[in-house]
Amino acid sequence: MFDLLFSPFVEFAFMRRALVGCLALALGATPIGIFLMLRRMSLMGDAMSHAVLPGAAFAYLISGLSLAAMTVGGIIAGLTVALLSGVVARTTVLREDTSLAAFYLISLALGVLLVSLGGNSIDLLHVLFGSVLALDNATLYLVASMTTITIFALSLIYRPLVMECVDAGYLRSVSQLSPVAHYGFLVLVVINLVAGFHALGTLMAVGIMILPAAAARFWARNIGTMIFTAVIIAVLAGYSGLLLSYYAGVPSGPAIILMLGAIYIFSILFARDGVITQRLRTTRHLEA
Amino acid sequence: MTDCQPSLCLSNVTLGYDQHPAVHHLDMDVPKGQLLAIVGPNGSGKSTLLKGVMGTVKPLEGKIIIQTPRSAIAYLPQQADIDRSFPISLMDMVAMGLWHRHGAYRGFGRGCYQAVQQAIARVGLRGFEKRPIGTLSGGQLQRALFARLILQDADLVLLDEPFAAIDSRTANDLMGLILEWNKAGKTILAVTHDLHQVRQYFPKTLLLARELVAIGDTSDVLSAVNLLRAQTLTEAFDDDAHVCQRGDEHRHIHHHDEVA
Repeated sequence: MFDLLFSPFVEFAFMRRALVGCLALALGATPIGIFLMLRRMSLMGDAMSHAVLPGAAFAYLISGLSLAAMTVGGIIAGLTVALLSGVVARTTVLREDTSLAAFYLISLALGVLLVSLGGNSIDLLHVLFGSVLALDNATLYLVASMTTITIFALSLIYRPLVMECVDAGYLRSVSQLSPVAHYGFLVLVVINLVAGFHALGTLMAVGIMILPAAAARFWARNIGTMIFTAVIIAVLAGYSGLLLSYYAGVPSGPAIILMLGAIYIFSILFARDGVITQRLRTTRHLEA
Repeated sequence: MTDCQPSLCLSNVTLGYDQHPAVHHLDMDVPKGQLLAIVGPNGSGKSTLLKGVMGTVKPLEGKIIIQTPRSAIAYLPQQADIDRSFPISLMDMVAMGLWHRHGAYRGFGRGCYQAVQQAIARVGLRGFEKRPIGTLSGGQLQRALFARLILQDADLVLLDEPFAAIDSRTANDLMGLILEWNKAGKTILAVTHDLHQVRQYFPKTLLLARELVAIGDTSDVLSAVNLLRAQTLTEAFDDDAHVCQRGDEHRHIHHHDEVA
């Protein structure tokens, strides 16, 4: 039993690297995902995976297939889209979802145009998205740094960010930190996503951000415990997904996300606020 | 106007949206420690006036001078834009009132938790501390917002229809709190539609109908004549209104709506 659970990681360096990468992602991206969910911006990750294209394409046109250049280009494009849509959402009648959709579509069109200018049939989107089992040192450092930056920055803006989510008007009436919380959070989302896309692929980056958050919503009623639960879920799914991929010989990214999906569906049904649990509970009511 | 140092001075203030005035050429001083009711029909500019004081609506004309530092102003909007689905407890929500002392980073000691608990107890919500805000009723949430105001401990308190959709017992409780604040020397401006309550508790009243109708002692301001005058306000903006020419020395940029 012990062997079954641990020997793949003891024997193979690539499995250990993959596990470390998953742990790092779980620690950094999951709390971000909680806030995305609570701000009703869960689809931002998918929008971003398209929004980074012009930056990456531009970097490709200039310096060829360099991961570093394309990452930097992607982050610049992603930040531009996120910040512009944030400015429009905060200062005009448009809501965040609409303004983000508008800017990411413009960005995607620009990206497609740039790719066609390059006259090369390489599918940039395909080149951009990595794989968990092929983590080299550089990529591992990238993911670990992103996680460190994220946790540090999130703890700096945590209190204003929670207030911005709950009662933005109040935060604005007592402090100047509202834009710091809002834009600071957007920057964290973008750097996490873009670094994640390039290191691990869009499926892993977005999936490990959103799915644990969605599952944890059914277990916890308090933001602190919700973040904690989501991280635990992400760690468990990362570990068991890698084992599944090892023993069944299937790709690791989808295996991890499917594990998350299984936990998510289990949570919908059986968690404290799950469908079946609620059914069972409401047959009897309390006295007061 | 008075011997007291004014807490708030408005001189020839016009506030509005898309150049249309919602508050038109308003002059008033609010002395420190005043308990002022702001009354008037729907669309008479009461909320806009408070937003002007908070700075979220910029004057189209005139000056608003506030003697109180921004950190000592508390504002309770008519409909606080609170995300009630956010997973946070009543206790944490009320604790936001300590922002001016704790900011983004300073930790919460035992004394702070006691202060928060006292505020919660004062508005009659003891026992609800751990409840998520999404499970509170409208009136309970309003009480919680008052608990937050207690902790804010502001010198100038702006309340926009604090008792709308609240039962009379709760309204009386909260009114008692407002009177306590006033006794402690706080300046309080409260928008309300309950004239009975205004006559009973508020020494001074401002009657607004886009234009100032009357300001002063409540019994004088709420005369039948004044109330009738306030009623005749036209609510709709006139799209074809001319540019306001009132006062030659000022350059007017807003449109002037005819007052019927």
